[in-house]
Amino acid sequence: MANTEQEILTGLAEIVAEETGLDTADVALEKSFTDDLDIDSLSMMTIVTHAEDKFGVRIPDEEVKNLATVGDAVSYIKTAQD
Amino acid sequence: MTSARDVVVTGLGATTPLGGDVPSTWEAALAGKSGARTMDNDWAERYEIPVNFAATIKVKPEEVLKRPELKRMDPSAQYAVIAAREAWKDAGEPEVAGERLGSVVSSGIGGVWTLLDGWDTLRERGARRLLPMTVPMLMPNSPTAFVSLDLGARAGAHALVSACASGAEAIGYGAEMIRSGRADVVVAGGTEATIHPMPIAAFAASRTLSLRNDDPEGASRPYDADRDGFVVGEGAAVVVLESAEHAAARGARVYARIGGVGLSSDAYHITSPDPDGTGQVAAMRGALEDAGATGADVVHVNAHATSTKVGDLTETASIRRLFGSDADHVQLSATKSMTGHLLGGAGALETVFTVKAIADRLAPPTINVANPDPELQVPLVRDEPAKLPGGDIAAINNSFGFGGHNVALLVQNA
Repeated sequence: MANTEQEILTGLAEIVAEETGLDTADVALEKSFTDDLDIDSLSMMTIVTHAEDKFGVRIPDEEVKNLATVGDAVSYIKTAQD
Repeated sequence: MTSARDVVVTGLGATTPLGGDVPSTWEAALAGKSGARTMDNDWAERYEIPVNFAATIKVKPEEVLKRPELKRMDPSAQYAVIAAREAWKDAGEPEVAGERLGSVVSSGIGGVWTLLDGWDTLRERGARRLLPMTVPMLMPNSPTAFVSLDLGARAGAHALVSACASGAEAIGYGAEMIRSGRADVVVAGGTEATIHPMPIAAFAASRTLSLRNDDPEGASRPYDADRDGFVVGEGAAVVVLESAEHAAARGARVYARIGGVGLSSDAYHITSPDPDGTGQVAAMRGALEDAGATGADVVHVNAHATSTKVGDLTETASIRRLFGSDADHVQLSATKSMTGHLLGGAGALETVFTVKAIADRLAPPTINVANPDPELQVPLVRDEPAKLPGGDIAAINNSFGFGGHNVALLVQNA
């Protein structure tokens, strides 16, 4: 079942908050995972694993490096769901 | 008589079946409380495990640690970090360069929950569902690595694995790091989190567990003639060790000294101690000689005493053999009667008890001894704590493990 962009953002923010301890409000579309949210590669892979589970999509490892911002990840998941 | 390279204990931390910290754990131990309880799960029924009780920790880690910390650490590391933070604070957060600070926190088995959950995930959902933190969470050096990360300890992070002697061996190794000049301060201890159906079923398979399901609090009964095996416990204990010089320079409160470390191995049998006690005697003698002490100095022994017949009796025979008539004035405590057996955490928690016994001059009681085993060869502290004498005194913490590992730590007053 496809989600709206807002649902994906909310769900992704919950995953990121759970993994990093950040507030969900800090996880905004324009934020960079590494530069703004200070997420290392191991945490990023954990977030991807949980996101795949939550949204029923597959995010290949080679795609993960292209997901610089939260918005990139939301768009990728949205497209993968459609 | 204190010299610069002497090793002193300046901080204590523990999370145990008796309490969330050292003061509450020690108070419960002196009061003779049991930490064993019936488990609130259906493991025994579901998997046909003959044991449905254990000594579970009092504190819920999710109420103490932050969410990301919980998600990155196996319970074995969570307990270690909780205990290490308490010990560090208790020591007054000593100022020490990271290069002069060591971490030695052992586990007997490692990240059991992570390992077994990972296997379930792999079988049920495939490799892509395994979390990237699985390996750093299951490895047995994970607790010491997290403690070193937490405190910035860069003189070395070690984890000595010697089954149920691991926690004591870690403290012995920590003391050696200070004596050899590799560190000024070392955070040392042990941890275990094996209250999971697989290890409990496996210990039951080895016929070493008490089956007293209808009386969990009365199940751990070292030196009682009606003992029927040990009770699995969980938790962690950590001490802050410091060179006497470093502690004195900062005016630290000192609980006691680690005067001697004795180590040996039985090379006899993978699970049974050498019934002659040769290895146990060698470890205790080593600790005495290392400290320049004699049997006459020792007024208290915290026994390994898991509540198995061969283990308990070999130990008191070893004490009698080494100490001779001096064993008559030893106050013997078997604190696993209250805490259950913390496996890799046991030797560390019992070192904390031994340090507290020396500092407070009180030997904790042994509970559940209705009918003392007639073959017991050393005076046993029963039901009520026993006063220890004034003046210069020494105590030994014994820890032994499957594999034939023997560790004796000699603790002296400050």
